[in-house]
Amino acid sequence: MDPARARRSSWLNDQRVRGLVYQTLLIAGIAALAGSAIYNAVINMRARGIPMGFGFWNDVAGFDINLHLINYSNLSTYGRAFWVGLLNTVLIGVICIPLATLLGFVIGVARLSPNWLLSRFALVYTSLMRNTPLLLLLLFWYNAVLKSLPGPRQSISVGGVVFLNNRGLYLPMPVARESIVWFVGAVLTAVALAIGFRAWARRRQDRTGAQSPSALVAVALIGGLPALVIATSGAPFVFDIAQLSGFNLKGGLQIVPEMAALVFGLVTFTAAFIAEIVRAGVLALPFGQSEAAGALGLHRGLSMRLVVIPQAMRLITPPLTSQYLNIVKNSSLAVFIGYPDLVQIFAGTVLNQTQAAVQVMAITMAVYLVVSLTVALALNTFNTRYALKGQ
Amino acid sequence: MSTSLADADRGDDAAIRFVGVHKWYGSFHVLRNINLTVARGERIVVCGPSGSGKSTLIRCVNRLEVHQRGSIVVDNVELTDDIKRIDEVRREVGMVFQNFNLFPHLTILENCTLAPVWVRKMPRRQADEMASELLERVRILNQAHKYPGQLSGGQQQRAAIARALCMTPKIMLFDEPTSSLDPEMVKEVLDTMTALAQEGMTMIVVTHEMGFARQVADRVVFMDGGEIVELNAPLPFFQHPQHERTKLFLNQILHVRY
Amino acid sequence: MDSLAYVREASEPEEAPPMLSRGLLAWARTNLFSSIGSTLITLGCIALVGYSLPQLVAWAMTHAIWSASDGAACRQHQDGACWAFVIAKWDYLRFGSYPVAERWRVDVVEAIGAALIVWLLWINAPQRGWGAFLFFVVYPILALILLRGSSWLGLPIVDTQLWGGIFVSLLTAVVGIVFSLPLGVLLALGRRSTLPAVRLASVMFIEFVRGVPFITILFMANNLLPLFVPERWTPDRLLRPLAGIIMFSAAYMAEEVRGGLQSLGRGQYEAAMALGLKYAPMTALVILPQALTLVIPGIVNNFIGLFMDTTLISVVGATDFLEAMNNAIKDPVWAGPTIMVTGYVFAGIFYFVFCFGMARYSAHIERVLAKGRK
Repeated sequence: MDPARARRSSWLNDQRVRGLVYQTLLIAGIAALAGSAIYNAVINMRARGIPMGFGFWNDVAGFDINLHLINYSNLSTYGRAFWVGLLNTVLIGVICIPLATLLGFVIGVARLSPNWLLSRFALVYTSLMRNTPLLLLLLFWYNAVLKSLPGPRQSISVGGVVFLNNRGLYLPMPVARESIVWFVGAVLTAVALAIGFRAWARRRQDRTGAQSPSALVAVALIGGLPALVIATSGAPFVFDIAQLSGFNLKGGLQIVPEMAALVFGLVTFTAAFIAEIVRAGVLALPFGQSEAAGALGLHRGLSMRLVVIPQAMRLITPPLTSQYLNIVKNSSLAVFIGYPDLVQIFAGTVLNQTQAAVQVMAITMAVYLVVSLTVALALNTFNTRYALKGQ
Repeated sequence: MSTSLADADRGDDAAIRFVGVHKWYGSFHVLRNINLTVARGERIVVCGPSGSGKSTLIRCVNRLEVHQRGSIVVDNVELTDDIKRIDEVRREVGMVFQNFNLFPHLTILENCTLAPVWVRKMPRRQADEMASELLERVRILNQAHKYPGQLSGGQQQRAAIARALCMTPKIMLFDEPTSSLDPEMVKEVLDTMTALAQEGMTMIVVTHEMGFARQVADRVVFMDGGEIVELNAPLPFFQHPQHERTKLFLNQILHVRY
Repeated sequence: MDSLAYVREASEPEEAPPMLSRGLLAWARTNLFSSIGSTLITLGCIALVGYSLPQLVAWAMTHAIWSASDGAACRQHQDGACWAFVIAKWDYLRFGSYPVAERWRVDVVEAIGAALIVWLLWINAPQRGWGAFLFFVVYPILALILLRGSSWLGLPIVDTQLWGGIFVSLLTAVVGIVFSLPLGVLLALGRRSTLPAVRLASVMFIEFVRGVPFITILFMANNLLPLFVPERWTPDRLLRPLAGIIMFSAAYMAEEVRGGLQSLGRGQYEAAMALGLKYAPMTALVILPQALTLVIPGIVNNFIGLFMDTTLISVVGATDFLEAMNNAIKDPVWAGPTIMVTGYVFAGIFYFVFCFGMARYSAHIERVLAKGRK
């Protein structure tokens, strides 16, 4: 073969050259698609009078929001509405994540119970929740349960302090008195002392081998010190209990049915998945580990604490974090029952009113992306630091 | 070390005594009428085909398995459902598993000191010193701060032996300790076990390593189908097996005609 | 019996286990009454069942109204479910507002789809390659023509706004899987590629779609898709959420397939390369067939999740089964306090039976595959 021709064909066959060619084609293709999309968007937006900048941020919103953690009225700006929605989403996350974790661990442990009936009950619960759409659960709680509660005048009352009616759940609202300073101080001191005791007990065990009941001491301190304060200087709070006034209940801490339904639905739904994660994590541990612990003379409690749970937590943490992310993402179903979260306010009402679809969706998605990617990054760091060495 | 008939029969000196022991898995009769006395300082090797119940037998000694009939007395403590007695027995009996079962989230040293600190309530410095001594004896002291996943199979098993020894047991149980090892690492573990035997430890070893049995055992027990078929001192056991089934088994294991 | 030497003379007889160690009594002892706490729990559970089960049976069966022509009977007997409502609305729940005369087209499409799916999921079925071709290429075109209508074939056009109910839920889920599987495979291969631009593009797509709530994807598809294409190509109102579903499902499918590719092990790649196979043939003939079979359970699980996620498309105006139920509940003819609960419970049972059934099937497939691999 003509040597020049051989060289040329071998250049095209070079893997690196091929790779570059493929990548260039891909980038060119994506760029072309994006370019035409943007071109069309600009034309369409101009034709329909849709604003193209972010100026709408400072326009007056003109709508009310029934749950706002910061000041808001219908004269506030769209920007302010964004922050209200964001805070409401954060609120749901902060409430649901600990509750779902607690319920999920309880049900997960029940699933692992040697008692056949308990384990089956937990199985029925998780099977039911995992095979029902979350939306159906939310609609059921909101429409069928909460909305069919009686009106404020016939509220269901629990002990005269908690009231349930179709306007929401009314809990006693704690109002601080001056003695709250002493109370908080007592709690903090108790916690500090408990931690200190535990550290001292650890060192003592290292030195002499003797063990001390740190858990009991901690409970006694955290229960006892604040109780002492209450006994001497009176209650740190007074409770403001809701009272019937006219056609409505006034006072107390009102939890609107939208929020109650969302929290209830999200917690019960996600707990089923967390239960399965806990169960899978514990079962994935080779049985030989607890056998070896038993063979060394460790009784069941110690074996759990020192051998089984530390290893199971490593397996449980990544899928658990992913469920937490799901709670945040699933809170967007608030749109269906009218809870004013970020999606309902911003991607719903604000988008409809301003028609600035591109900008609104970009901002909304950016918020969720930031949360997801931050958590993913944190999880990666966790994995590399705590992965079992040598594996 | 005693091999005479008289010593083996003296009741109070027995390390382990099985009397009329039966066990069932569901309806499968896995241990049938086991009667065996293990004297202090005696080394027993248990062999037999798979499914013969030999692992089940030694796992009954530290109550990892529960027998349904008969009695097992370990170091003068009878094994019943009484949790306190079970804990007592487990403190005095050490076990080495086929799959090592080291704790992967702890260093080798921590694996060894875990039980002494939390069960025998030993001060940490003392536990560390004792563990280091034992790790030195099994010749892996330089791995003390590594994690199990970073060690070879043979090193892991030796670490497991050291971990069991850290509880200063009176009896050591070995459940096929070399079956999961690559051939070139079997010797280092068997050497460790031989050294242990020479120091007078009471041992029950379930194994296929007949060389070890010949060299170290005081008695060899052959089990098949859940029952003890034959037991004898190693020399007569290997040279003149009596029972048909023993001969068949030794044929297969040793490729020698009986 | 114990002495230095011992040779067995007679075999030990096999015996049955002692009374307390076998049978129902033993089982109950270990599993229900093994400790004081366990006994208390058992008693508590039995009490709970004893209290609630009769009430459930009463509501769902004995006190329920099974046939009526309007809501009067249900309003009179409020202590039972109003199944008559569900029966009366059944056609609407299945087809939405699809014209009655044309509903046979929907039935045909559903029947063919079911047959093809069974063919594909039956592990030892013959000629599954043909089945795949029919299902992924021919069936979508056929279904589209039959459902939408075509003047050439004399089938009246049915606007997608009239489509609704179970048929739409199934349609969106199946379309989601059919189109997201090839896309997911491409993304998975892209993510494992050695070419940085390809890998980056795949990762960005997957992480973007998985990082945002599904509703925002639907909103994006509904509001932005019409802006990104010239006016005359404005996508159909059902097509927009379908596009969103395909995007969403593709990202999760990609992760499933990637898991399958990873679990295959280097040995397969090395053997193929040693034989001289290039990337495309190796992937198509050796890698993908094995990886895809491995992830069939994962794909079925994706389908279940997708079927439940289709409930969200009502937010952009499409009428799925749940939305159809919501509409049906509002009918004044049937208005009454038990209608809403009856409707939701029925919807729950429907989803549960469908999804649980598919989940059991997926577990069965996993077991069959695991046995084959040993």
